[in-house]
Amino acid sequence: MPEALFHHLPVLQVVLTLVAAPLCALAGSRWAWSIATAASIIAFAITVTLFSSVLDGTVISYHIGGWAPPIGIEYRVDILNAFVLLIVSGIAVLTLIYAQKSVTAEIGSEKHGLFYAAFLLCLTGLMGVAITGDAFNVFVFLEISSLSAYALIATGADRDRRALTAAYNYLIMGTIGATFFVIGLGLLYMLTGTLNMADLAQRLFDHGDNRTLRTGFCFVLIGLTLKLAMFPLHLWLPDAYSRAPSAVTAFLSATATKVMVYVLLRFLFAIFSFSFAFEASVLRVLVLPLAMIGIVVASVVAIFQDDLKRMLAYSSIAQIGYMLLGLALVSQTGVMASIIHLFNHAITKAALFMAAGCFVLQAGTTSIRELRGIGRDMPWTMAAFVVGGLSLIGVPLTVGFISKWYLVEAFIAEGWWPVALLIVASSLLSFAYVWRVVEAAYLRDAPEGVVRKEAPLSMLVPMWTLAGMSIYFGVDSSLTSAAASRAANALIGASNLFWQ
Amino acid sequence: MVTMDSVLSLISGHYNYWMGIVLMMLGLYVAISRGNLIKKVVGLNLFQTSVFMLYISMGKVTGGTAPILTGKPDTIYSNPLPHVLILTAIVVGISTTALALALIVRIREAYGTIEEDEIAAIERQFEFPKDRVA
Repeated sequence: MPEALFHHLPVLQVVLTLVAAPLCALAGSRWAWSIATAASIIAFAITVTLFSSVLDGTVISYHIGGWAPPIGIEYRVDILNAFVLLIVSGIAVLTLIYAQKSVTAEIGSEKHGLFYAAFLLCLTGLMGVAITGDAFNVFVFLEISSLSAYALIATGADRDRRALTAAYNYLIMGTIGATFFVIGLGLLYMLTGTLNMADLAQRLFDHGDNRTLRTGFCFVLIGLTLKLAMFPLHLWLPDAYSRAPSAVTAFLSATATKVMVYVLLRFLFAIFSFSFAFEASVLRVLVLPLAMIGIVVASVVAIFQDDLKRMLAYSSIAQIGYMLLGLALVSQTGVMASIIHLFNHAITKAALFMAAGCFVLQAGTTSIRELRGIGRDMPWTMAAFVVGGLSLIGVPLTVGFISKWYLVEAFIAEGWWPVALLIVASSLLSFAYVWRVVEAAYLRDAPEGVVRKEAPLSMLVPMWTLAGMSIYFGVDSSLTSAAASRAANALIGASNLFWQ
Repeated sequence: MVTMDSVLSLISGHYNYWMGIVLMMLGLYVAISRGNLIKKVVGLNLFQTSVFMLYISMGKVTGGTAPILTGKPDTIYSNPLPHVLILTAIVVGISTTALALALIVRIREAYGTIEEDEIAAIERQFEFPKDRVA
């Protein structure tokens, strides 16, 4: 690859998808899918290149327009955000392959051009959030991804008009969250006069603890936790995920909240300094209990859902709880457990929502009651669902087990036995809601006179790629755990932390 | 010692910030508490506007003029960066409002109302609406 092109890779992937989005809208339904898929495959290829070049610990710093930071906007690729970029662009490619059939069935063909344009914009926003090293730039990309996500969710109205109200409520909550984030940034800017993340971290550290910093920290924390659906700020999520088109749900569930977890990690550990005792106490006294309550409450609510997608949405809230538990522990193993669960849950939940989308296509429903006996009619789809379900529970040889293992290990290392026990006990709750689907699918007879065929190959392949990864990285987790461990170390090394 | 004077100067010295906080609280309250979808958007706008005020106030330098090059070396300028940030945030705010209003139009077409409680009642009535949507 020419040296000049290689140098611009960090910005190219964002620019490419951004430019391809209006092309999709202009090209119309016929070519939109091909353009979107091609753009996302190139973006994925760029991410793989970036990931392999930062794997050894180098940090790529790209200056937009040649303006050096902290004045100019900096794109900064280290192992942590390269890992997140890999998840986002990889899931985007798989979802787009999956989307062709699914979207044709669920959304009117006249809207396809705009649909794929919004999809690419959402991808642009998420990749931008992950790659940027400028705090205000995070907000701009955050809103690009959120606004297109609201539009994507609203396209579910062709099948279920409640998608409109779900999108509207998400818009109100999401905007409040983003505005809180901006207020927090404003206070930090007042204090330091800089927006570059690395510079911000240094100057905040020099300032030491003060009231503006505390207020800014709280605003940023609340804004981000609203966006990533921490209990009890999760109210937008179940409606949005259960009523959006299947492909959109698969994409957003695997990427949108995960990228927010990444931003939270970045702010907590690389920008706010941890000698700042207030922050550690907020995390341990407020976020940790809320994460625990969220895991239990969301899992229990999931058990009582009849709608499969809604059940998976509540399960997502519980799984986000695990990620928050890891980071709220404020320890290196805890952060590593969060990062590894971020990856593991992304592939698992995308596979599960893809299976739900296959049911929508072939059976026309996601009601668990009406999906009786589906295991015999759609064996491959249901098998993928079972693999995903086992991973949600945390059965050995699946990725879910790896995440829970590291999480439990982190809590035991700190001597927090009750939390470790709760993590193990909560697996039983996941078992309960996964079992309901398995029982209906395999042990019940199909409803009279219903004909259901196996899902088409173009949907099975991406779904099984993800399900296969859930097993592969569950058996051999050396790659993911090495990446997560290095990312955790990089995050800690990037700040002037004082670790207890 | 809290004297009347110190309280007054705390209020008048930070007048923009106080008004920003008042608007912020009003906007957030309206966005959360109103059942009418349009009023919610109005509240959201108010909330965002208060943040614009916060940013622009912090960019003000005492005695500073508008940040346009005058050519004189001793001119004091206000900080232009918060202004630029807020230009971006205004664009974001407008897009959000436009999208929210577009959604409200669609909601009104689908439900015939923009009152939250009436929509909730209709949604409860038709548990499986996919057969009924035109």
